[in-house]
Amino acid sequence: MDAMTSTTATADPVEFYGTKVNSRLLLGTAQYPSPAILAEAIRASAAEIVTVSLRRESGVAKSGQSFWQLIRDLGVKVLPNTAGCKTVKEAVTTAEMARELFDTPWIKLEVIGEDDTLQPDVFGLVEAAKILVRDGFQVFPYTTEDLIVADKLIAAGCEVLMPWGAPIGSGRGLNNPYGLRSMRAHFPRIPLVVDAGVGVPSHAAAAMELGYDAVLLNTAVAKAGDPVKMARAFALAIEAGREGFRADPMEARDMAAPSTPVMGQAHFG
Amino acid sequence: MKIVVNGEAAEIRAATLAGLIAELGYADAVVATALNGAMVRKAKRDATPIADGDRVEILAPMQGG
Repeated sequence: MDAMTSTTATADPVEFYGTKVNSRLLLGTAQYPSPAILAEAIRASAAEIVTVSLRRESGVAKSGQSFWQLIRDLGVKVLPNTAGCKTVKEAVTTAEMARELFDTPWIKLEVIGEDDTLQPDVFGLVEAAKILVRDGFQVFPYTTEDLIVADKLIAAGCEVLMPWGAPIGSGRGLNNPYGLRSMRAHFPRIPLVVDAGVGVPSHAAAAMELGYDAVLLNTAVAKAGDPVKMARAFALAIEAGREGFRADPMEARDMAAPSTPVMGQAHFG
Repeated sequence: MKIVVNGEAAEIRAATLAGLIAELGYADAVVATALNGAMVRKAKRDATPIADGDRVEILAPMQGG
């Protein structure tokens, strides 16, 4: 964090279900070249929340146990996901198992509708969110930028929304800036996190400049040539984008407007 | 008896889910369990009998995005 603490930045925490964190980068833990690089990337990102999943444990390797020890040693908060779940029942059961395993009411709720785009099945998502909120979960729904779905998720009790930037792992950036801007305008007080599709730091900065509260990403860091350097680059971009948003950017215009004073210009003709 | 553990056929001796977890070497591991599609809490594993043909899922923390 020390490298990121500039003289102008002021304390600017973001709050999810009553928990305040200072980093607006939520980092995924999958696909890193090695556990050591994962740990170093998390430290370089200054992320305080990382996403995790649960999968079948292997009898011999028990790789899940060493991974869990690594995460606990880093002292970060975990946001378990229901990645890969395609039905409400799968997602709800996975969430219940995650709650016991990770000892947290937080769940990144994914109900996937289609394999090529990994697009959320928003009908199943709303249904699963209702069940989980009633059961005491604090749901972080992976959704689209659809405003009506967002309304229904909020009515279900979701206090955070996580619209996609682009399909998971695609690195395309913000496919629909208008839709994301519209969502921000419609829900000014709900924490909004761009989740998925971010490829390079400028994509994350753009999300923050739209007024988004945070960015969740994984592949862009894990699959970079140097994941640790990229983790730090994203942290800087997200801080820059956030500061830019808070600084109230100028309006864009179509024509040039001289920035150097016209008054007092010499005439040599 | 013959059951299915994490999608693979297994021949086991344990009579309860807790016994199965120990038999498979997961006694000290952080795992969550499900029996025939429904989650079984850690506290309930002792009192959960296993029957021939049951499907057991044993899940652990894993990397995720």
